[in-house]
Amino acid sequence: MAALGSAPVPPPSDEDHIRGPSGSPTVIEYADFECPYCAALAARLAALQVRRVFRHFPVRSSHPRAWPAACAAEAAGRQGRFWEMHDALFADQGRLEDPHLWRSAQRLGLDVERFEADRRSEAVQARVRRDFQTGVRAGVVTTPTVFARGAMHAGRIDAQTLARLRRLGW
Amino acid sequence: MSASSDGVIAPGTPVPEFSLRREDGSEFTRADLEGRRTVLVFYPFAFSPVCTDQLNLYEEILPELSAQGATLYGVSCDASFSQTAFRERLGVSIEQLSDFEPKGEACRTFGVYHPGGFPQRALVIIGPDGVVSWSYEADSPGVLPGANLIFDGLAASA
Repeated sequence: MAALGSAPVPPPSDEDHIRGPSGSPTVIEYADFECPYCAALAARLAALQVRRVFRHFPVRSSHPRAWPAACAAEAAGRQGRFWEMHDALFADQGRLEDPHLWRSAQRLGLDVERFEADRRSEAVQARVRRDFQTGVRAGVVTTPTVFARGAMHAGRIDAQTLARLRRLGW
Repeated sequence: MSASSDGVIAPGTPVPEFSLRREDGSEFTRADLEGRRTVLVFYPFAFSPVCTDQLNLYEEILPELSAQGATLYGVSCDASFSQTAFRERLGVSIEQLSDFEPKGEACRTFGVYHPGGFPQRALVIIGPDGVVSWSYEADSPGVLPGANLIFDGLAASA
């Protein structure tokens, strides 16, 4: 079996970052923190009654800071603040350099030394990589890509597209 | 996917003689396929949006490809200087092969030359014996084939 051959998108599990009411429609997003359309989608989804599952899909040559940002979110997650860091990163995409990440960690009240060690750790890198690989296997080629009700939508989701998808039962 | 006899070269076909140009100006021929697995990624145009996304994405899966003993190349009808500029602009390492002169001749050999004067977006996997083991042509040049398809192709031809 080839390492990255086709496979269905994995259902949400305890390993995932999930937020939103558990009875609501579930949206699995493959996204990166340097992608402007991903930030726009995050803002739109935040306004809806949906259960969001966030997975990393950083493509380094497109977005050089996407990978460090993903690792920063994971490192914050190790201190129980994944979603807070997710929001901070998407809120200020023009500032994703290391000092900005440290400042965000400070603002969130994280143990910054631990954050710094965690975001560079093999375990965190592997965690980001694993999300990316599940996306590749499910046929993700761009960000954002979302899966909901068994259907995949790739690329930018504007308000009209989202409204259409909602009518389809999201 | 186009499976017509006019389309991309079919699995089981020994690759005919062809000539492409590497970025350093040297020739890349059938002999360069022997002894290893090769993935040729035919793409329409350097600097076009979908080709950009495609090479960026495939760059990320080079470690897994290498683990399977496969080497991936980008192939287009652009001149080598354009291909190198494209690769450097993206910041990717995928080696580029040019089918600039006689224009499209190698693409015709692989059955991927579009009448518009560019390669169809297609993937061809060639075994160490120089025989095509898997091939794929996108529904249209604007469709980006997922990297998972390459691994499906490698698994099918292992």
